[in-house]
Amino acid sequence: MADAVYPERPVVYNDAVVKKFVIATMFWGIVAFLVGVYIAAELAWPSLNLGLSFTNFGRLRPVHTSAAIFAFGGSALLGTSLYVVQRTSRARLFGGEALADFVFWGYQFFIVMAALSYVMGYSQGQEYAEPEWHIDLWLTIVWVCYLLVFLGTVMKRVEPHIYVANWFTMAFIITVAVLHITNNVAVPISWYSAKSYTVYSGVQNALVQWWYGHNAVGFFLTAGFLGMMYYFIPKAANRPVYSYRLSIVHFWTLIFLYIWAGPHHLHWTALPDWTQTLGMAFSIMLWMPSWGGMINGIMTLSGAWDKLRTDPGLRFSVTAVGFYGMSTFEGPVMSVRDVNALSHYTDWTIGHVHSGALGWVAFITFGAMYYLVPVLWGRRALYSTRLASWHYWIATMGIVLYIVSMWVAGIMEGLMWRAYDKFGFLQYSFVESVIAVHPFYVIRMLGGVFFLIGGLIMVYNLIRTVTSPTTELPRPNLAGSSVTPNLGLAGV
Amino acid sequence: MFIRHEFFEKNAILLLIGTLITVAIGGIVEIVPLFTIETTVEHVEGMRPYSPLELRGRDIYVREGCYLCHSQQIRALRDEVERYGHYSIAAESMYDHPFQWGSKRIGPDLARVGGKYSSDWHYAHLKNAQEVVPESLMPHYAFLAETPIDPSDLEDRMRTLRTVGLPYTDEDIANAKADLVAQADPNADSAKLLARYPKANIVPGNGHAVTEADALVAYLQMLGTLVNFADTNTERLQQ
Repeated sequence: MADAVYPERPVVYNDAVVKKFVIATMFWGIVAFLVGVYIAAELAWPSLNLGLSFTNFGRLRPVHTSAAIFAFGGSALLGTSLYVVQRTSRARLFGGEALADFVFWGYQFFIVMAALSYVMGYSQGQEYAEPEWHIDLWLTIVWVCYLLVFLGTVMKRVEPHIYVANWFTMAFIITVAVLHITNNVAVPISWYSAKSYTVYSGVQNALVQWWYGHNAVGFFLTAGFLGMMYYFIPKAANRPVYSYRLSIVHFWTLIFLYIWAGPHHLHWTALPDWTQTLGMAFSIMLWMPSWGGMINGIMTLSGAWDKLRTDPGLRFSVTAVGFYGMSTFEGPVMSVRDVNALSHYTDWTIGHVHSGALGWVAFITFGAMYYLVPVLWGRRALYSTRLASWHYWIATMGIVLYIVSMWVAGIMEGLMWRAYDKFGFLQYSFVESVIAVHPFYVIRMLGGVFFLIGGLIMVYNLIRTVTSPTTELPRPNLAGSSVTPNLGLAGV
Repeated sequence: MFIRHEFFEKNAILLLIGTLITVAIGGIVEIVPLFTIETTVEHVEGMRPYSPLELRGRDIYVREGCYLCHSQQIRALRDEVERYGHYSIAAESMYDHPFQWGSKRIGPDLARVGGKYSSDWHYAHLKNAQEVVPESLMPHYAFLAETPIDPSDLEDRMRTLRTVGLPYTDEDIANAKADLVAQADPNADSAKLLARYPKANIVPGNGHAVTEADALVAYLQMLGTLVNFADTNTERLQQ
């Protein structure tokens, strides 16, 4: 191959595709936050639905969730994983520019097709698996190419060991493939129609869907982002991972236990009790590897805590791990059947999801972006650490507003729905709980606005980092790809 | 143990296979028995596939993302049973591709909404929910009453559902379009429709075209009405 590896010389990495993913991450992040704020406002003031089919909450909500999970989170994961795998393998991406570019453009095409299909009224009607069969097939092709690029790079590595971040990324890629294919087996009504019916029905459909849904959380939003944590935190702190042993235990127990947790989305339903009990038991066990990972991430800062004062990117990453610890404690609590009796169907779940999505997924991504942009574009430093600090505090305020308002709203709904008066009748009609949550829906929307403002500050800061003369390196930058002679923690 | 972990760390394919086996176990143990244990779906009388109009209504329910605000699953909890009716059983969604149990109640549960309100109430509520329930957060679906149902792919839909397991007969499919029209016309002869789809609810319609609102109301009006719980007992509901 033309770009064969010469260990004595630095490898020229394919950073062009990483840059594209970084830009896409920023763009989709803003889209996801914006649509989120809009649909939150629709719930506070329903006239904002406008009565048009494509602006109604039911069609926009999948646009928000897909933009956040697959567009923002997915672009961040694909981009950072392709960056990390090259550095930790000391090898250029397998398959050449064309394959990597196909993964990028193919994935973006998937996102646009999915979003358009929702507003046009095509949906499989299963949460986080709304895209119809033809879009699912396209994603499968793109995903196999992604696996090829990633695995091929790992296999041609010069480092003897596969770095821990790559174990998590590989588990993410392969498990998401299994979940996606199994959950989306559907028969189209004709080859010319976008409409299909899933092969699963009723109770089996429910479990396959939540096996998928929960592990979209477990493998897309957790394992993938843990890969990000295991590279960028040690890198930014300039410390090795706290415990090698813990990372091995963390990896295998996490992937083994997560896959069982799906049935906790179906407590007290028509799903048989034995399945619910299994799901609950494994969800509680899952607390342990989750916190093992949190400890491994946070303790990596031992001896480098002072960097939190000076490096706002690292502050994002470490706060993210803190939120990860909090949501992975809250999750097992909510999976207990008696807690779930109160929390299910309420806004508590929405709050829980967002402490993970905003606090963990978005914050760890912001940390990686603040680290990556100066490196990729060959800049001395961020344009403004002060603006990054502003982003940090505004976004953190936003998350606090969001999750606290949803806790209050959720627990209130749960309690109102089960309240009895002194005569033994249900005390509240359903609509009374709708009235009661209104102020909290307004606060939630404000939290979202804060988070969006923070995101816009970041985008401005990063654009200025790339364009401002103040961040230029003192020596001329090498055209095209950045060269990193310091291989850092590769193969710790 | 940790020294032998080198085995995986130095071989990408082994790591990949090890991961696949590890993640496969939980899914297999939990999911496969749901297809093999006979009592997972209870044996009760009354369940039938959706009539053509109900089916199209259900497709609209899925298309508009109604499941994002309304659950269709009454949990086996005292307050839910009192508020919404008998707890949902697995058999009641046996013909649902996809299931629509939902995960959030921004609005109330709909598993047994059938027959709870008049059809006229539903038309008014779909058109402008706040006119009927001022505090409601529901968007307006006035466009449904203005959109005629396109019946051209009705047979395709029913045939596909038969492929995935619904017991539609050739006769059901051959009469699909006639049944669709008959269910939205109170003056039509509905004997054959009701023989094929017992308890189907005839909706008022507007007299000239079958609209999406007709379909959605027909669907809502049959939700949770098929199984007669007076005829069954807890033993038969044991999974």
